[in-house]
Amino acid sequence: MNDDDYGSSAKVVLSVNNVRKKIARKWIIDDVSFDVREGEIFGFLGPNGAGKTTTIRMLVDLIRPSAGTITVCGYNVNRQPEKALQFVGSIVENPEVYTYLTGWENLEHFARMQPGVDEARIAEVVDIVRLDQRIHDKVRTYSLGMRQRLGIAQALLGRPRLLILDEPTNGLDPKGIKELREFIRKLADEGLAVFVSSHLLSEIQLLCDRVAIISKGRVLAVGGVEELVSRNSPYVLWEVEPFDSGRELLAARTEIQITDPSEVTLDDSVIAGMGTNSVITIMEDAMIPEIVAMLVTNGIEVRSVHKINPTLEQLFLKLTEGETID
Amino acid sequence: MTNLLPLIRNECIKILKKKRFYVILLILAVLVPMFTYAQMRIAQRSHDKFNSDWRLEVQQQITDNQNSLSSDRIPEEWKSYRRIFVQQLQYYLDHDVNPNEPSGVTFTREFLDNSVTLFIPLLIMAVASDLVSGERTTGTIKMLLTRPVKRWRILFSKMTALIMFVSLIVLSTFLISYFISGLAFGYKGFNVPVFTGFQIGGDTVNMSSVHAIPQWKYILMQCGLIWFVSLVVALLAFMVSVLVRSTAASIVVMMATLIAGTILTNMASAWTTAKYLFMVNLGLTGYLAGTPAPIEGMTLPFSMAVLGVWGVISVIISFTVFTKRDILN
Repeated sequence: MNDDDYGSSAKVVLSVNNVRKKIARKWIIDDVSFDVREGEIFGFLGPNGAGKTTTIRMLVDLIRPSAGTITVCGYNVNRQPEKALQFVGSIVENPEVYTYLTGWENLEHFARMQPGVDEARIAEVVDIVRLDQRIHDKVRTYSLGMRQRLGIAQALLGRPRLLILDEPTNGLDPKGIKELREFIRKLADEGLAVFVSSHLLSEIQLLCDRVAIISKGRVLAVGGVEELVSRNSPYVLWEVEPFDSGRELLAARTEIQITDPSEVTLDDSVIAGMGTNSVITIMEDAMIPEIVAMLVTNGIEVRSVHKINPTLEQLFLKLTEGETID
Repeated sequence: MTNLLPLIRNECIKILKKKRFYVILLILAVLVPMFTYAQMRIAQRSHDKFNSDWRLEVQQQITDNQNSLSSDRIPEEWKSYRRIFVQQLQYYLDHDVNPNEPSGVTFTREFLDNSVTLFIPLLIMAVASDLVSGERTTGTIKMLLTRPVKRWRILFSKMTALIMFVSLIVLSTFLISYFISGLAFGYKGFNVPVFTGFQIGGDTVNMSSVHAIPQWKYILMQCGLIWFVSLVVALLAFMVSVLVRSTAASIVVMMATLIAGTILTNMASAWTTAKYLFMVNLGLTGYLAGTPAPIEGMTLPFSMAVLGVWGVISVIISFTVFTKRDILN
């Protein structure tokens, strides 16, 4: 994986090396490797069933890998969990806490399981996640968003170096998602390494510095979000009049690739706003002025030109498509 | 390295906050008065019948049982039970001791005798069956096992908390039974003599080692044996709760085994290898009272050894599985 040049000055907190896992005679995870560094938000991206949750469970010693090593701050997670896990705060899947205890009692419970967490620290994390109003109520009465925040408070208790969040935005409303994003960014700025899994590509793109894309138990790509995305040319939408001759002219250029709307993955909002006379092309954006001039000199009216920046989704589909062929 | 004490404290808090223990106390507080009332009715009836002369009552019991011995319709196993029973009653009569002296203490003694095989184990299961499977059902096991604590320490703290609550349950069964029945029968009777040490061989009872002990001492021995039975049942239920993901399944498995035990006790006297099953060995207090063992060849040390082995095996299985297993969901 060619991610060695990115942010290589920061210290590696989590290192996953050639990890494989066989469950019921099937390789669920087949050779996964990546590093997560201090102060970065690392996205772990893949469709449902790709092996995200299995990988996360291996990171926190809930599942033992069949082969390969996972180290956190230099300690092997599976051999010395009591050492390695003191640097890790995690929420695996849902923030499951004891509903028959109050939020505070939950935090006290987990505080007793690690050294150096006193009452002041509990009060501090409660303050960080802004749960102070309801902290002495039974968790049973909490909303999902509040449970999520309590889960994060629990994860932060032991002043971790690595925070693992599995699908953190599940069940949150748009406002909650935005708040969470800002919160995670703040934590990363303070030097925490944050590992976030998601099946929502746009979410990862907005949040993460680097990503690993996983499908069918294999890592397909690892790298900075910008770097990965820039491997693809943007979509350019042309609304031209008359449509047919305009389309012919565009098709005549070898640098321009015309694609069928059905093969394109665009946001629904873009598709909805698109006129019927639109041609979807994949091309370098630097060429747009030249093509506009060419169309105009040929008597074609250019009603609108719309550039859509490449997304992870595109990259992801391209990568996973290759997977299904072989 | 986290200390074990805070972990044990965590587990105790969880058991208490789940209110399982209070439910157990509530069950006892509701059921014991019912049994007390039933016992009161029996006492009243025999009082009317025998003019409060217990000797007449015991004599009547002996005659009744002897009469039934001559009947052809009663199976041979039952007859030997009754022959032994008759001999014991006769012994009490000869030594001028009322075996059923009504008092809160006597009631408690009998209540403990009757509840050791099923009732107390059920109360124990209410706590034990949920300890690990409950965490898996709610998913909190993931939080528990991703903290920097070795897995065996977590299981050990759970087991310690369980043993503490087992002791509490046995103690509260005694206390609740004594205090509630005492309201009806009076709180005296700790020094009434009780005979123990009947040695049963076939149809006859060897009286040579029979001796009288004060009832408080008898109850103390009883509670000790009940505690041991409860401990083994708790460890088995604990193992099942490690092995099975859902609490409901874990309770059903244990209930089925316990009930199978009471059924087997009533019919397995011909199948002698059944004596190695833990569930036919739960009636430890029967050895004190001198009731014949369900299967020939069972003695107090034998039953305790069988229970002990089952207990140790379940601890080993619990720890091996819990420390090795992948938590997939």
